[in-house]
Amino acid sequence: MKDLYLVYKNLTRKKLRLFLTSFAIFIAFLIFGAVTALQGALNSGVEMSADNRLVVFNKINFTQSLPYAYVNKVSGIEGVNQVTFANWFGGYYQEPANQVVTMAVDPDSYFEVYSELVVAPEQKANWLQNQAGVMVGERLAKVNNWQIGDRIPVSSNIFSNKNGGQTWDLVVEGIFTASDPQVDTGYMVFHYKYFMETQSWGGDYVGWIVLTTDDPALNEQVANAIDESFANSQAETDTSTEKAFNKAFIEQIGNIGLIIFGVVFMAFFTILVLVGNTMVLAIRERTGEIAVLKTLGFSSPRIFRMILTESCLLAFIGGLLGLGAAYLVVGALSQMMARFLPNLVLGPDIVLQALGYMLLLGLITGIAPAYQALRLNIITAFARG
Amino acid sequence: MSDDNLFELKAVAKRFKKGKETISIFDDLNMTIKRGDFLAIMGPSGSGKTTLLNLLGGVDQPTGGEIVFDGARIDGLSEGDLAKWRANNIGFIFQFYNLMPMLNAAKNVELPLLLTSLSSKQRQQRVDTALQLVGLADRAKHMPSEMSGGQLQRVAIARAVVSDPKLLLCDEPTGDLDRQTADEILEMLQLLNREFGKTIIMVTHDPAAARHATHTLHLDKGQFVGKDEPELQEKSA
Ligand SMILES: Nc1ncnc2c1ncn2[C@@H]1O[C@H](COP(=O)(O)OP(=O)(O)O)[C@@H](O)[C@H]1O
Ligand SMILES: [Mg+2]
Repeated sequence: MKDLYLVYKNLTRKKLRLFLTSFAIFIAFLIFGAVTALQGALNSGVEMSADNRLVVFNKINFTQSLPYAYVNKVSGIEGVNQVTFANWFGGYYQEPANQVVTMAVDPDSYFEVYSELVVAPEQKANWLQNQAGVMVGERLAKVNNWQIGDRIPVSSNIFSNKNGGQTWDLVVEGIFTASDPQVDTGYMVFHYKYFMETQSWGGDYVGWIVLTTDDPALNEQVANAIDESFANSQAETDTSTEKAFNKAFIEQIGNIGLIIFGVVFMAFFTILVLVGNTMVLAIRERTGEIAVLKTLGFSSPRIFRMILTESCLLAFIGGLLGLGAAYLVVGALSQMMARFLPNLVLGPDIVLQALGYMLLLGLITGIAPAYQALRLNIITAFARG
Repeated sequence: MSDDNLFELKAVAKRFKKGKETISIFDDLNMTIKRGDFLAIMGPSGSGKTTLLNLLGGVDQPTGGEIVFDGARIDGLSEGDLAKWRANNIGFIFQFYNLMPMLNAAKNVELPLLLTSLSSKQRQQRVDTALQLVGLADRAKHMPSEMSGGQLQRVAIARAVVSDPKLLLCDEPTGDLDRQTADEILEMLQLLNREFGKTIIMVTHDPAAARHATHTLHLDKGQFVGKDEPELQEKSA
């Protein structure tokens, strides 16, 4: 486009104005990029949950445990495919600030039910043989720089070791990965039996039960059957799909979606008004110049396009810089918060979405002045000037 | 119509609506402009000089009558066609230069060439030639804010001739300049008329400016009055 130089010169003719408007757009897209990545991280658990996986918790709340005997009973229910169970351990490595998400699981079934996790067979075999062995998720291993064979002391704020102290010496027997990068691998699992035998309270309970159904269509029926079979017992259950559970869990933090929408909407509305106004003023100042261009033979549609190009260029300059900054911020945050927000990434879907919004912003802020210029009458423009 | 005629105006009328009133600037204007003419149009303020120039330049449409340019009517062309016609045939020179403040001299001169299919290199050559013609080859990179009125008008002349149009339309081209600079500009227009065969129509208040033209027409109350030159092509009844 031959007019691009002209558009560029118009855009950059007032440096301070260019700086202020693109800075506003920059901030909006920084917020958009960071907040959308955050939302993605929070939602990734929901998105990544398997369709046919159910979780069984104590009806009182999910921190209450269930009798161990329930595991067998659940296995016997019609439509249930595989069953596993887990206990929360929590834990930290070396110092309390260095939290490591740790669960005590049934080693025989855990990776069967969580089939999206990938484990090398020989590592799994080694783990099954070592009571004190632990399987570490790839992300967690990376954060702590753990290798197979490392001996890692993990301490708990909740549980005490029968042998005194609150620390368990675990050995990294394997590092599991995931078939999809969105799947969380920021945690580790060790033997349920070993945990129950070594902790001072002991007992015959599990934290929760996880199962797969033969078919996602059976989910509701199976969930009802489970909850009914434990109705009026010492521990009633609440069975839901993993998706629904993860979603409900996130919603406890607050209606994130709404908050995020609010923040992004406010940011965009503000710049829409600000940049839109600035564009209108900028073009009004150029009334005489536009009349001259028209006199020279530049067609009205061509001038219309030039102004839209200018407003889109502005949106993309500010927007791309903002998105770039968001990328850096998200990158830094995900390093620092790998434990809490394992899936904090500004991925191509967010970039694509942002590019769409930049285009939209450019068109919306440019359309009114572009239309004014389109309709501008040479004679009245000169008479006014 | 003779092949010598570049412009022919037949019974041209131009009326404006102002509220309920209709102001008539021209009722029945007839004139012929020959190729190679350097025509000065004089007349009191408000007599319709600019309006006439706008009609000739295809930036305004007559309310009635015919405007024939080079054998073809231009009245009634669409806005888009008129824009193309202007780009192909007319060079405009304004009283206040009307250069783009954010473009340097060369980029200003290049503007009309953006409407052609010339390559960037060809455009550059044409711009160089036009700037040389007006004696500003060494100012190509200067911004308008760094130039004097006379220089600005010379850049404007370069812009007007760069696409080699048949006709130059000038509205008070020396109205903002001192005598000496005005004379330089007028001599340049004369040169373009004599050596390059450009037909020029110039509106002016200044009798000294009009003396550079080959003909002068006096406009008053929408009609041409008096005849300065015997060969004047005025057919007003
Ligand atoms: N768009 C318009 N609407 C109404 N009146 C106009 C318009 N343009 C010009 N006029 C009037 O037409 C008359 C001639 O104007 P103009 O051609 O500019 O005169 P000149 O250039 O000779 O001073 C003036 O009285 C002016 O006020
Ligand atoms: Mg005038």
